[in-house]
Amino acid sequence: MSTPALELRGVTKRFPGVVALDDVSLTVRPHEVIGLIGENGAGKSTLLKILSGVYQPDEGELLVRGQARRFTGPRDAARAGVGIVHQEQSLVGSVSVAENLVLGFEGPAVRGGIYRWPELNRRAQAQLDKIGSPIPPTARVEALTFAQRQMVEVAKALSVEDHLDGPAGTEPVIVFDEPTSVLDNDDTEVLFAQIERLRARASVVIVSHRLDEVLRVSDRVYVLKDGRCVAERDPADVDVQELYRLMVGRESTGSYYREDAQGDVDGAEEVLGVTGLTRAGGFTDVSLSVRRGEVLGVAGVVGSGREDLARALFGAEPVDAGEMRLAGKPVRFRSPAGAVRAGIGYIPAERRFEGVAMGLSVADNILLADRSPVSAGPFVDPRRRRELVARWIERLRIRTPGPATDVATLSGGNQQKVALAKWLVSPRLRVLVLDHPTRGLDVGAKEDVYRLVRELCERGLAIVLLADTLEETIALSHRVVVMRDGRVTARFDAPPGAKPTQVELVEQMV
Amino acid sequence: MSAAGPGTATVAERRPALAPTPLARRVIDAGPVLALVALIVVFSLVSDRFLTVGNAGSIADQAAILLVLAVGATFVILLGSIDLSVEGVMATSSLVAVLLAANDRNGNDLGYLAVLGGVGVGALFGLVNGILHTRLRIPSFMVTLGTGAIGIGIATVLFGGQPPRMLDEGLRLWGTDRVLGVSRLALLALAVLLLGYFVQHYTRVGRTILLVGGDEQIARLAGLPAARYKVWAFVLAGSAAGLAGVLAATRLGVGDVQIGSGQLFATITAVVVGGTLLSGGRGGVLQTLVGALLISVLANGLILAGVDPAIQRSVQGVVIVVAIAATVWTQRRRTRVVK
Repeated sequence: MSTPALELRGVTKRFPGVVALDDVSLTVRPHEVIGLIGENGAGKSTLLKILSGVYQPDEGELLVRGQARRFTGPRDAARAGVGIVHQEQSLVGSVSVAENLVLGFEGPAVRGGIYRWPELNRRAQAQLDKIGSPIPPTARVEALTFAQRQMVEVAKALSVEDHLDGPAGTEPVIVFDEPTSVLDNDDTEVLFAQIERLRARASVVIVSHRLDEVLRVSDRVYVLKDGRCVAERDPADVDVQELYRLMVGRESTGSYYREDAQGDVDGAEEVLGVTGLTRAGGFTDVSLSVRRGEVLGVAGVVGSGREDLARALFGAEPVDAGEMRLAGKPVRFRSPAGAVRAGIGYIPAERRFEGVAMGLSVADNILLADRSPVSAGPFVDPRRRRELVARWIERLRIRTPGPATDVATLSGGNQQKVALAKWLVSPRLRVLVLDHPTRGLDVGAKEDVYRLVRELCERGLAIVLLADTLEETIALSHRVVVMRDGRVTARFDAPPGAKPTQVELVEQMV
Repeated sequence: MSAAGPGTATVAERRPALAPTPLARRVIDAGPVLALVALIVVFSLVSDRFLTVGNAGSIADQAAILLVLAVGATFVILLGSIDLSVEGVMATSSLVAVLLAANDRNGNDLGYLAVLGGVGVGALFGLVNGILHTRLRIPSFMVTLGTGAIGIGIATVLFGGQPPRMLDEGLRLWGTDRVLGVSRLALLALAVLLLGYFVQHYTRVGRTILLVGGDEQIARLAGLPAARYKVWAFVLAGSAAGLAGVLAATRLGVGDVQIGSGQLFATITAVVVGGTLLSGGRGGVLQTLVGALLISVLANGLILAGVDPAIQRSVQGVVIVVAIAATVWTQRRRTRVVK
């Protein structure tokens, strides 16, 4: 057999407190398309960062065409013929399509610091021709529609094959990180047709959570779980259901998520309801309802619109149409401040930037949203402040040296508890919107969050949950709504003992 | 809508929302030009002395030094940074140029090299601004506020209590002579504008400044040395301010600590009113030309219309606030943090 184009041998990467990758080995042969799947936190992004030289493995080897390599950065990896196409939108709006396409690789189009526009536009046009796009290279990106930008993204992704300056005559390895997450169906087809074409002169790795797509285009599929490579499958011998089982692994989930503590909400009155809620570009005609003591799970892939929906419920994004009701009364929030006054709390996914205020003390963070319990007119009553903060630190078991400690020095789990406490101190709180509340937390901290969710339901709060994994969504929720492309595609009841399966949800998500 | 499949319907609706409505966008882009035309029409109606060849010449003359300053400042503002050292740099460069040329203070007589000296002083200020800003990661407004004060300080020392007079007749002509009815200053400013356009559109420095101002993170991930190009922007702005100081000296015939007084406000106003965003990434020197003309036409027209000089400055203030409100109108978002 020929030398593999790319090989990982026993790669291990540790971070303080976590083993992100544990003895991972995989092989990419020339002209092969490899699928790489795994849940959030399974180690996919760490693996990509090792391939692009952002991280170096603690143990194990990375071999390119049989030679051990140690990349120092993306440029270094590109020189060796390994290119990564990142997931995020990567276009600068203020300059032309052509400049975005050749960004960092202008070559002879710029001589002596002077731009040669005809040459630059010609090079860009060649990339656009590959995907048959009629977009003029001279157009400014910010003038394009969303769909047109996506086409430019595809062209930019594919341009990597021409920019990799590996040793002459060698074939590059191109890694696509979730390439379809921002593409609609037609653009996805164009991309896959191009990947087929690339196969003739390169090896391709596709990281994706869309299992059906991975099965369709890949020659082999690797499954990552908890930092380990747990399976290698031939797409011919496996179906979506089995891949999911391999990816998730756990069979019994009841006790971990305290399903026995899931309260009965039949007949409970509605706290928050929306009808026909629409936000152009985000979600369309969404109707849902959360009752007292209920967890409503919202499932969907990146781009399904559920993040936008969560922010809209909290008044952080405007809505274009539809109604919202809080305890039966119509409401319309012009800002998060309005939502907070009405008794809605929001735990954002970006904990470090939006959830807690780094640099402020634990006490200040807890009292960030509602100071009324400790206020006397315009003044703060220091004794009540002290008592209230101490009470919540104890109730949520926040491990902190003291109330005056900078919240930045706490662990992620304790920061998340502080973020929750910020809402719980408010006597007005009726609804909590939890956006990925366990993201980046270790197992113990996750269990604490699950326990809290159950307690809050008992207290009578209504909770809207956007969970990190499907498993979490299903186990914690009383009911689940599934969103795809901004619309609700299915609703499931999820009583203890009769939970929907992940496959049932996935079928509605993709 | 109900007949369409879920997939197709959402894709079709997504488009208008995420790309700004072309009409609104176009109106805002054309706003400064429309405002300029409107001002000209209004002042023509109010005063019959406004729309004359002679007055057009004097507006061009008034706009010249401002245009030189604003073209330079455009590059810094395109980054989303700001250069507040304009007045200090002008003060120092005007005195350096006068003291290097034939003057009544010392025996120097370097002629055109004195101009180079003044521009060089400005470039040096820009270099210091850029390096302090990028290496020590000090916000640009703070760095340039400081170096501007240093410039005033150096100029005060050079000034020595008595304004040195420029005796070089050749240089004096640059500030006072007219060619075919147009002042040489205005022609020079036009040349600076063309140079600025070339830099912005055809050079790696200019394009990279736009990229970094548009999205620094993406520029860095593409391997561009963003800091180096930021320094370049400050050097361009500093050189322009240096040249402006020299031009002001040739016009007044003296070097003076107060020579740039009031120019900082006018410069930033011209750039921003023209349509270059303070947050960076959008705009350019041609927009700045419109902005500089707007400021000059407004000042000129208010005088001809007999408006009380005491409130003219306030009117300019209103103009800048309205213009900025119009340019950021499309970018409102509820959770956007503005500092």
